[in-house]
Amino acid sequence: MKARVTIHLKPTVLDAQGATVERALQRLGFEGVSGVRIGKHIEFTLPNGDATAARAQVEEICRRLLVNPIIESYDIELVK
Amino acid sequence: MGAPRVAVVQFPGSNCDYDTVHALGTVMGFPTRLVWHQETDLGDAELVILPGGFSYGDYLRTGAIARVSPIMNAVIRHAERGGLVLGICNGFQVLCEAGLLPGALLRNAGTHFISDWVHLRVERTDTPFTRAAQHGQVLRIPIAHGDGCYFADEATLDALEANGQVVFRYCDAGGMVTLESNPNGAARNIAGICNAAGNVVALMPHPERASETLLGSADGRVLWESLLAGVARDGRMPAAAGRR
Repeated sequence: MKARVTIHLKPTVLDAQGATVERALQRLGFEGVSGVRIGKHIEFTLPNGDATAARAQVEEICRRLLVNPIIESYDIELVK
Repeated sequence: MGAPRVAVVQFPGSNCDYDTVHALGTVMGFPTRLVWHQETDLGDAELVILPGGFSYGDYLRTGAIARVSPIMNAVIRHAERGGLVLGICNGFQVLCEAGLLPGALLRNAGTHFISDWVHLRVERTDTPFTRAAQHGQVLRIPIAHGDGCYFADEATLDALEANGQVVFRYCDAGGMVTLESNPNGAARNIAGICNAAGNVVALMPHPERASETLLGSADGRVLWESLLAGVARDGRMPAAAGRR
């Protein structure tokens, strides 16, 4: 089973990279493009075939390393 | 009764480890040694310093991978026993990731890496690292970081202020805390904080790079002189690491 984790900066956290990319897009003429936020996408393979156990394991992986809950939130997607 | 025994932790990618050993060992004459991150024991160290640098290339998040190094269990035990821990720059990021200090360090608001001199106002003079400073004293110390924008939610920031855990704030040369003197967008101009007990302190600026007038400033020495002042007052350091 494969896990795909998407990590977002929380809305209250300043995203300096996102703001810079947004200004660059506007310079390119993409007027009206707003709300650029930059996150992370992490993929990995799990030994566990059972979806419930796999999700629990990914939650723990996120909590213990991949995500800093002070500044980030995340979504998990499991793919057979 | 003497100088504190110092351990400077080396992670892969630490780059201020030898500067820190120079400042504390050579300049101050404290017994100072390097401890590799794979070690699990801090020996008889009384002060543990997590130095500046780019541990693990800042992969994932600054300090995130260093936080799971074997030595960190010993650092956390040392802190929990009341032992002194100082985080400088990347060390600050590691201590936040380890949960020994609240909050997190974000990318600088202007996105640029900043290597420059800043002024810091000493907000607390009752920590082991600021005891020799005057309240409101302005220190001129360099910064060199890309991720130094201190962040915590409003409730945490209010608690830090209420508990007196803000140790250093960015200010102008006259000691005024202003928007212009904040180099990286840090919440409430926070440059350095401590834990509730006061034994774990961290700051983004580099006092080890400002410990000799030859290098442009010796203002950082007040942190090291504070350690000596504590030993002189109490006859000992708060706690030694050791095995227990």
